[in-house]
Amino acid sequence: MGPLFPTNIIGEELNLLLAFFIGIGFGFLLEAAGFTNTRKLAGVFYGYDFVVLKVFFSAAITAAIGIYLLSYYGYMDIKEIFYPQTYWIPTLVGGFIMAFGFIIGGFCPGTSICAAATGKLDAIVFVGGAIIGIFFYAFTYESLWMNLRQSGAMGEVNIAEWIGISQGLFIFLLTVVAAIAFYVVTIIQQRVTSKRDFKL
Amino acid sequence: MDRSKKYMNPYLAGFLIGLFMIAAYFFSGEGLGASGALKTTVVAATDVVAHDYAKEAEFFKRYVSSPDSVPIKTWLIFEVLGVIAGAILSAAIFGRLGSEIVKPPHITNKTRLIAAASGGLLFGIGSQLGRGCTSGMVMSGMSVLSLSGFIGLIAIFGGGYLIAYFFRKLWI
Repeated sequence: MGPLFPTNIIGEELNLLLAFFIGIGFGFLLEAAGFTNTRKLAGVFYGYDFVVLKVFFSAAITAAIGIYLLSYYGYMDIKEIFYPQTYWIPTLVGGFIMAFGFIIGGFCPGTSICAAATGKLDAIVFVGGAIIGIFFYAFTYESLWMNLRQSGAMGEVNIAEWIGISQGLFIFLLTVVAAIAFYVVTIIQQRVTSKRDFKL
Repeated sequence: MDRSKKYMNPYLAGFLIGLFMIAAYFFSGEGLGASGALKTTVVAATDVVAHDYAKEAEFFKRYVSSPDSVPIKTWLIFEVLGVIAGAILSAAIFGRLGSEIVKPPHITNKTRLIAAASGGLLFGIGSQLGRGCTSGMVMSGMSVLSLSGFIGLIAIFGGGYLIAYFFRKLWI
Protein backbone atom coordinates (compact mmCIF):
# COMPACT_ATOMS: atom_id res chain seq x y z
CA MET A 1 0.00 0.00 0.00
CA GLY A 2 2.65 2.57 0.94
CA PRO A 3 4.15 4.95 0.08
CA LEU A 4 0.75 6.58 -0.31
CA PHE A 5 1.50 9.53 -2.62
CA PRO A 6 3.79 7.79 -5.15
CA THR A 7 1.24 4.99 -5.49
CA ASN A 8 -1.61 7.51 -6.01
CA ILE A 9 -3.53 6.61 -2.85
CA ILE A 10 -3.42 10.23 -1.69
CA GLY A 11 -3.47 13.35 -3.89
CA GLU A 12 -1.09 16.26 -4.39
CA GLU A 13 -2.85 18.68 -1.99
CA LEU A 14 -2.90 16.23 0.92
CA ASN A 15 0.71 15.27 0.18
CA LEU A 16 1.89 18.90 0.45
CA LEU A 17 -0.21 19.45 3.57
CA LEU A 18 1.43 16.39 5.11
CA ALA A 19 4.84 17.78 4.11
CA PHE A 20 4.04 20.90 6.10
CA PHE A 21 2.90 18.97 9.20
CA ILE A 22 5.80 16.53 9.07
CA GLY A 23 8.09 19.57 8.80
CA ILE A 24 6.48 21.09 11.90
CA GLY A 25 7.26 17.92 13.84
CA PHE A 26 10.86 17.86 12.57
CA GLY A 27 11.47 21.55 13.30
CA PHE A 28 9.80 21.40 16.72
CA LEU A 29 11.91 18.43 17.79
CA LEU A 30 15.18 19.89 16.47
CA GLU A 31 14.53 23.07 18.46
CA ALA A 32 13.35 21.19 21.56
CA ALA A 33 16.49 19.03 21.52
CA GLY A 34 18.71 22.14 21.50
CA PHE A 35 19.77 22.12 17.85
CA THR A 36 19.28 25.88 17.50
CA ASN A 37 22.19 26.43 19.89
CA THR A 38 25.36 26.36 17.84
CA ARG A 39 27.50 25.63 20.89
CA LYS A 40 25.55 22.47 21.66
CA LEU A 41 26.04 21.35 18.05
CA ALA A 42 29.79 22.02 18.03
CA GLY A 43 30.08 20.20 21.37
CA VAL A 44 30.02 16.85 19.59
CA PHE A 45 33.48 17.60 18.18
CA TYR A 46 34.98 18.83 21.45
CA GLY A 47 33.45 16.41 23.94
CA TYR A 48 31.38 18.80 26.05
CA ASP A 49 27.95 18.04 24.55
CA PHE A 50 26.98 14.97 22.53
CA VAL A 51 23.35 15.85 21.88
CA VAL A 52 23.96 15.74 18.10
CA LEU A 53 25.23 12.18 18.17
CA LYS A 54 22.43 10.98 20.50
CA VAL A 55 19.58 12.56 18.55
CA PHE A 56 21.05 11.71 15.16
CA PHE A 57 21.60 8.02 15.80
CA SER A 58 18.34 7.55 17.71
CA ALA A 59 16.46 9.06 14.76
CA ALA A 60 18.30 7.14 12.04
CA ILE A 61 17.97 3.80 13.82
CA THR A 62 14.28 4.32 14.67
CA ALA A 63 13.58 5.20 11.04
CA ALA A 64 15.71 2.33 9.70
CA ILE A 65 13.89 -0.22 11.89
CA GLY A 66 10.47 1.19 11.03
CA ILE A 67 11.09 1.36 7.29
CA TYR A 68 12.65 -2.12 7.29
CA LEU A 69 9.60 -3.60 9.08
CA LEU A 70 7.10 -1.74 6.86
CA SER A 71 8.92 -3.05 3.82
CA TYR A 72 9.42 -6.57 5.22
CA TYR A 73 5.73 -7.02 6.01
CA GLY A 74 4.71 -5.59 2.66
CA TYR A 75 3.18 -2.32 3.87
CA MET A 76 5.56 -0.17 1.86
CA ASP A 77 7.25 -0.67 -1.50
CA ILE A 78 10.82 0.50 -1.04
CA LYS A 79 11.23 0.85 -4.83
CA GLU A 80 8.69 3.70 -4.84
CA ILE A 81 10.48 5.89 -2.28
CA PHE A 82 13.33 8.38 -2.52
CA TYR A 83 16.47 6.29 -2.42
CA PRO A 84 19.76 8.22 -2.61
CA GLN A 85 21.99 6.95 -5.42
CA THR A 86 25.56 6.34 -4.40
CA TYR A 87 28.31 8.38 -6.05
CA TRP A 88 31.04 7.68 -3.57
CA ILE A 89 33.68 10.17 -4.73
CA PRO A 90 31.59 13.39 -4.71
CA THR A 91 29.84 12.31 -1.51
CA LEU A 92 33.18 11.82 0.20
CA VAL A 93 34.62 15.11 -1.13
CA GLY A 94 31.35 17.03 -0.58
CA GLY A 95 31.05 15.53 2.89
CA PHE A 96 34.54 16.69 3.75
CA ILE A 97 33.70 20.22 2.55
CA MET A 98 30.57 20.03 4.72
CA ALA A 99 32.75 18.98 7.68
CA PHE A 100 34.65 22.26 7.30
CA GLY A 101 31.32 24.07 7.03
CA PHE A 102 30.08 22.42 10.21
CA ILE A 103 33.21 23.09 12.31
CA ILE A 104 33.66 26.67 11.10
CA GLY A 105 30.00 27.68 10.89
CA GLY A 106 28.58 25.64 13.74
CA PHE A 107 25.44 24.55 11.89
CA CYS A 108 24.19 22.34 9.12
CA PRO A 109 21.44 23.59 6.77
CA GLY A 110 18.49 22.09 8.73
CA THR A 111 19.65 23.34 12.13
CA SER A 112 20.56 26.76 10.71
CA ILE A 113 17.06 27.18 9.28
CA CYS A 114 15.55 26.34 12.70
CA ALA A 115 17.92 28.65 14.54
CA ALA A 116 17.42 31.47 12.03
CA ALA A 117 13.63 31.15 12.46
CA THR A 118 13.99 31.58 16.22
CA GLY A 119 16.04 34.75 15.84
CA LYS A 120 19.67 33.61 16.08
CA LEU A 121 21.61 36.16 14.03
CA ASP A 122 24.58 33.85 13.48
CA ALA A 123 22.19 31.31 11.95
CA ILE A 124 20.63 33.90 9.64
CA VAL A 125 24.14 34.70 8.41
CA PHE A 126 24.85 30.96 7.97
CA VAL A 127 21.72 30.50 5.83
CA GLY A 128 22.74 33.53 3.75
CA GLY A 129 26.20 32.00 3.32
CA ALA A 130 24.69 28.66 2.27
CA ILE A 131 22.51 30.32 -0.38
CA ILE A 132 25.53 32.21 -1.73
CA GLY A 133 27.47 28.93 -1.71
CA ILE A 134 24.76 27.22 -3.77
CA PHE A 135 24.72 30.16 -6.24
CA PHE A 136 28.50 29.91 -6.52
CA TYR A 137 28.28 26.15 -7.10
CA ALA A 138 25.50 26.59 -9.67
CA PHE A 139 27.34 29.23 -11.69
CA THR A 140 30.64 27.31 -11.64
CA TYR A 141 29.03 23.87 -12.09
CA GLU A 142 30.20 23.19 -15.61
CA SER A 143 33.77 24.36 -15.14
CA LEU A 144 34.52 23.12 -11.62
CA TRP A 145 32.13 20.45 -10.42
CA MET A 146 30.32 18.54 -13.15
CA ASN A 147 32.91 15.83 -13.81
CA LEU A 148 33.60 15.31 -10.13
CA ARG A 149 29.90 15.10 -9.30
CA GLN A 150 29.28 12.36 -11.86
CA SER A 151 32.30 10.29 -10.83
CA GLY A 152 32.20 7.19 -8.65
CA ALA A 153 28.67 6.22 -9.74
CA MET A 154 27.48 2.97 -8.14
CA GLY A 155 23.70 3.30 -8.58
CA GLU A 156 21.30 2.41 -5.77
CA VAL A 157 23.41 0.54 -3.25
CA ASN A 158 22.06 -0.94 -0.03
CA ILE A 159 24.87 -1.03 2.52
CA ALA A 160 23.85 -4.41 3.97
CA GLU A 161 23.81 -6.04 0.52
CA TRP A 162 27.08 -4.31 -0.30
CA ILE A 163 28.74 -5.78 2.80
CA GLY A 164 27.01 -9.11 2.19
CA ILE A 165 24.86 -9.48 5.30
CA SER A 166 21.09 -9.34 5.83
CA GLN A 167 19.45 -5.98 6.40
CA GLY A 168 18.08 -7.13 9.76
CA LEU A 169 21.56 -8.08 10.96
CA PHE A 170 23.00 -4.79 9.74
CA ILE A 171 20.36 -2.78 11.64
CA PHE A 172 20.98 -4.90 14.74
CA LEU A 173 24.74 -4.27 14.54
CA LEU A 174 24.17 -0.56 13.95
CA THR A 175 21.98 -0.45 17.06
CA VAL A 176 24.64 -2.20 19.13
CA VAL A 177 27.32 0.22 17.90
CA ALA A 178 25.04 3.18 18.70
CA ALA A 179 24.28 1.85 22.21
CA ILE A 180 28.01 1.47 22.93
CA ALA A 181 28.64 4.96 21.51
CA PHE A 182 25.87 6.45 23.70
CA TYR A 183 27.49 4.89 26.78
CA VAL A 184 31.02 5.99 25.90
CA VAL A 185 30.13 9.58 24.97
CA THR A 186 28.16 10.00 28.19
CA ILE A 187 31.32 9.16 30.15
CA ILE A 188 33.46 11.46 27.96
CA GLN A 189 30.97 14.30 28.40
CA GLN A 190 30.98 13.88 32.19
CA ARG A 191 34.78 13.99 32.30
CA VAL A 192 35.10 17.02 30.02
CA THR A 193 32.39 19.05 31.74
CA SER A 194 33.65 18.16 35.25
CA LYS A 195 36.94 19.92 34.50
CA ARG A 196 35.31 23.04 33.10
CA ASP A 197 31.86 24.59 33.09
CA PHE A 198 31.00 25.48 29.51
CA LYS A 199 27.93 27.46 30.66
CA LEU A 200 25.87 26.35 27.70
CA MET B 1 17.91 26.55 35.84
CA ASP B 2 15.93 28.94 33.70
CA ARG B 3 13.33 27.68 31.28
CA SER B 4 15.35 28.51 28.16
CA LYS B 5 17.97 25.89 29.13
CA LYS B 6 15.52 23.02 29.36
CA TYR B 7 15.95 20.68 26.45
CA MET B 8 14.08 17.54 25.54
CA ASN B 9 15.72 14.21 26.30
CA PRO B 10 17.92 13.58 23.22
CA TYR B 11 16.93 9.92 22.84
CA LEU B 12 13.23 10.79 22.99
CA ALA B 13 13.72 13.62 20.48
CA GLY B 14 15.66 11.28 18.19
CA PHE B 15 13.02 8.55 18.46
CA LEU B 16 10.25 11.02 17.59
CA ILE B 17 12.25 12.47 14.65
CA GLY B 18 12.64 8.87 13.48
CA LEU B 19 8.84 8.45 13.57
CA PHE B 20 8.40 11.62 11.48
CA MET B 21 11.01 10.26 9.06
CA ILE B 22 9.01 7.02 8.73
CA ALA B 23 5.86 9.09 8.18
CA ALA B 24 7.60 11.13 5.45
CA TYR B 25 8.60 7.95 3.62
CA PHE B 26 5.30 6.15 4.21
CA PHE B 27 2.98 8.98 3.14
CA SER B 28 5.07 10.80 0.55
CA GLY B 29 8.00 8.56 -0.32
CA GLU B 30 10.34 11.40 0.69
CA GLY B 31 13.09 11.79 3.26
CA LEU B 32 13.45 14.82 5.53
CA GLY B 33 15.67 17.44 3.94
CA ALA B 34 16.89 20.99 4.19
CA SER B 35 19.52 21.92 1.62
CA GLY B 36 17.22 20.77 -1.21
CA ALA B 37 14.80 23.55 -0.30
CA LEU B 38 17.62 26.11 -0.44
CA LYS B 39 18.65 24.76 -3.85
CA THR B 40 15.06 24.99 -5.09
CA THR B 41 15.01 28.62 -3.95
CA VAL B 42 18.21 29.35 -5.86
CA VAL B 43 16.90 27.61 -8.98
CA ALA B 44 13.55 29.43 -8.84
CA ALA B 45 15.17 32.82 -8.27
CA THR B 46 17.61 32.35 -11.14
CA ASP B 47 14.83 31.15 -13.43
CA VAL B 48 12.76 34.27 -12.70
CA VAL B 49 15.64 36.70 -13.19
CA ALA B 50 17.47 34.97 -16.04
CA HIS B 51 15.33 32.31 -17.67
CA ASP B 52 17.32 32.35 -20.92
CA TYR B 53 20.51 31.64 -19.01
CA ALA B 54 18.88 29.02 -16.77
CA LYS B 55 17.44 26.97 -19.61
CA GLU B 56 20.88 26.64 -21.22
CA ALA B 57 23.17 26.35 -18.18
CA GLU B 58 24.18 22.84 -17.23
CA PHE B 59 23.24 23.15 -13.54
CA PHE B 60 19.82 24.74 -14.07
CA LYS B 61 18.53 23.30 -17.31
CA ARG B 62 17.39 19.96 -15.91
CA TYR B 63 15.10 21.84 -13.51
CA VAL B 64 13.75 24.60 -15.74
CA SER B 65 13.73 23.65 -19.41
CA SER B 66 10.86 21.54 -20.60
CA PRO B 67 10.14 18.94 -21.84
CA ASP B 68 12.81 16.89 -20.06
CA SER B 69 12.85 18.89 -16.84
CA VAL B 70 12.93 17.21 -13.46
CA PRO B 71 10.01 18.48 -11.39
CA ILE B 72 11.30 20.75 -8.66
CA LYS B 73 10.89 19.39 -5.18
CA THR B 74 7.81 21.28 -4.05
CA TRP B 75 7.43 18.75 -1.22
CA LEU B 76 10.70 19.90 0.36
CA ILE B 77 9.63 23.54 0.25
CA PHE B 78 6.45 22.76 2.18
CA GLU B 79 8.40 20.55 4.57
CA VAL B 80 10.91 23.32 5.29
CA LEU B 81 8.11 25.86 5.79
CA GLY B 82 6.83 23.42 8.42
CA VAL B 83 10.31 23.15 9.95
CA ILE B 84 10.37 26.95 10.34
CA ALA B 85 6.92 26.97 11.96
CA GLY B 86 7.79 24.04 14.24
CA ALA B 87 11.06 25.60 15.41
CA ILE B 88 9.30 28.89 16.22
CA LEU B 89 6.57 27.00 18.10
CA SER B 90 9.06 25.09 20.25
CA ALA B 91 11.20 28.17 20.92
CA ALA B 92 8.09 30.10 21.94
CA ILE B 93 6.97 27.36 24.34
CA PHE B 94 10.40 26.99 25.97
CA GLY B 95 11.17 30.72 26.06
CA ARG B 96 13.99 30.67 23.52
CA LEU B 97 12.64 33.11 20.94
CA GLY B 98 14.66 36.25 20.51
CA SER B 99 17.39 37.97 18.60
CA GLU B 100 20.87 36.97 19.75
CA ILE B 101 24.26 35.77 18.55
CA VAL B 102 25.16 32.44 20.12
CA LYS B 103 28.91 32.01 20.67
CA PRO B 104 31.45 31.04 23.30
CA PRO B 105 32.28 33.99 25.62
CA HIS B 106 35.85 34.47 24.35
CA ILE B 107 34.82 35.03 20.71
CA THR B 108 33.73 38.43 19.40
CA ASN B 109 30.42 38.88 17.57
CA LYS B 110 32.33 39.80 14.43
CA THR B 111 34.40 36.60 14.50
CA ARG B 112 31.30 34.49 15.08
CA LEU B 113 29.39 36.08 12.21
CA ILE B 114 32.31 35.79 9.76
CA ALA B 115 32.77 32.14 10.77
CA ALA B 116 29.03 31.46 10.41
CA ALA B 117 28.92 33.02 6.93
CA SER B 118 32.04 31.12 5.80
CA GLY B 119 30.71 27.85 7.21
CA GLY B 120 27.39 28.38 5.47
CA LEU B 121 29.16 29.05 2.19
CA LEU B 122 31.16 25.81 2.46
CA PHE B 123 28.09 23.82 3.50
CA GLY B 124 26.18 25.22 0.53
CA ILE B 125 28.88 24.05 -1.89
CA GLY B 126 29.45 20.71 -0.16
CA SER B 127 25.76 19.85 -0.02
CA GLN B 128 25.41 20.31 -3.78
CA LEU B 129 28.49 18.27 -4.60
CA GLY B 130 27.51 15.57 -2.10
CA ARG B 131 23.83 15.41 -3.25
CA GLY B 132 22.35 16.58 0.03
CA CYS B 133 23.16 17.58 3.57
CA THR B 134 23.12 16.03 7.02
CA SER B 135 19.32 15.61 6.87
CA GLY B 136 18.47 14.87 3.27
CA MET B 137 21.49 12.76 2.40
CA VAL B 138 22.92 11.32 5.62
CA MET B 139 19.94 10.84 7.96
CA SER B 140 17.43 10.00 5.23
CA GLY B 141 20.02 7.85 3.45
CA MET B 142 20.83 5.92 6.63
CA SER B 143 17.11 5.34 7.22
CA VAL B 144 16.83 3.37 3.97
CA LEU B 145 20.31 1.83 4.44
CA SER B 146 21.71 3.62 1.39
CA LEU B 147 25.50 3.30 1.19
CA SER B 148 25.57 6.97 0.23
CA GLY B 149 24.20 8.00 3.65
CA PHE B 150 26.93 6.10 5.47
CA ILE B 151 29.69 7.53 3.26
CA GLY B 152 28.27 10.99 4.00
CA LEU B 153 28.16 10.21 7.72
CA ILE B 154 31.82 9.21 7.76
CA ALA B 155 32.87 12.19 5.60
CA ILE B 156 30.98 14.84 7.59
CA PHE B 157 31.47 13.59 11.15
CA GLY B 158 34.76 11.75 10.62
CA GLY B 159 36.05 14.74 8.69
CA GLY B 160 34.83 16.99 11.50
CA TYR B 161 36.84 15.08 14.09
CA LEU B 162 39.93 15.17 11.86
CA ILE B 163 39.90 18.95 11.58
CA ALA B 164 38.28 19.91 14.93
CA TYR B 165 41.66 20.50 16.58
CA PHE B 166 42.59 23.23 14.09
CA PHE B 167 39.41 25.20 14.73
CA ARG B 168 39.19 24.68 18.49
CA LYS B 169 39.72 28.37 19.24
CA LEU B 170 36.31 29.08 17.69
CA TRP B 171 34.59 26.91 20.30
CA ILE B 172 36.63 26.11 23.44
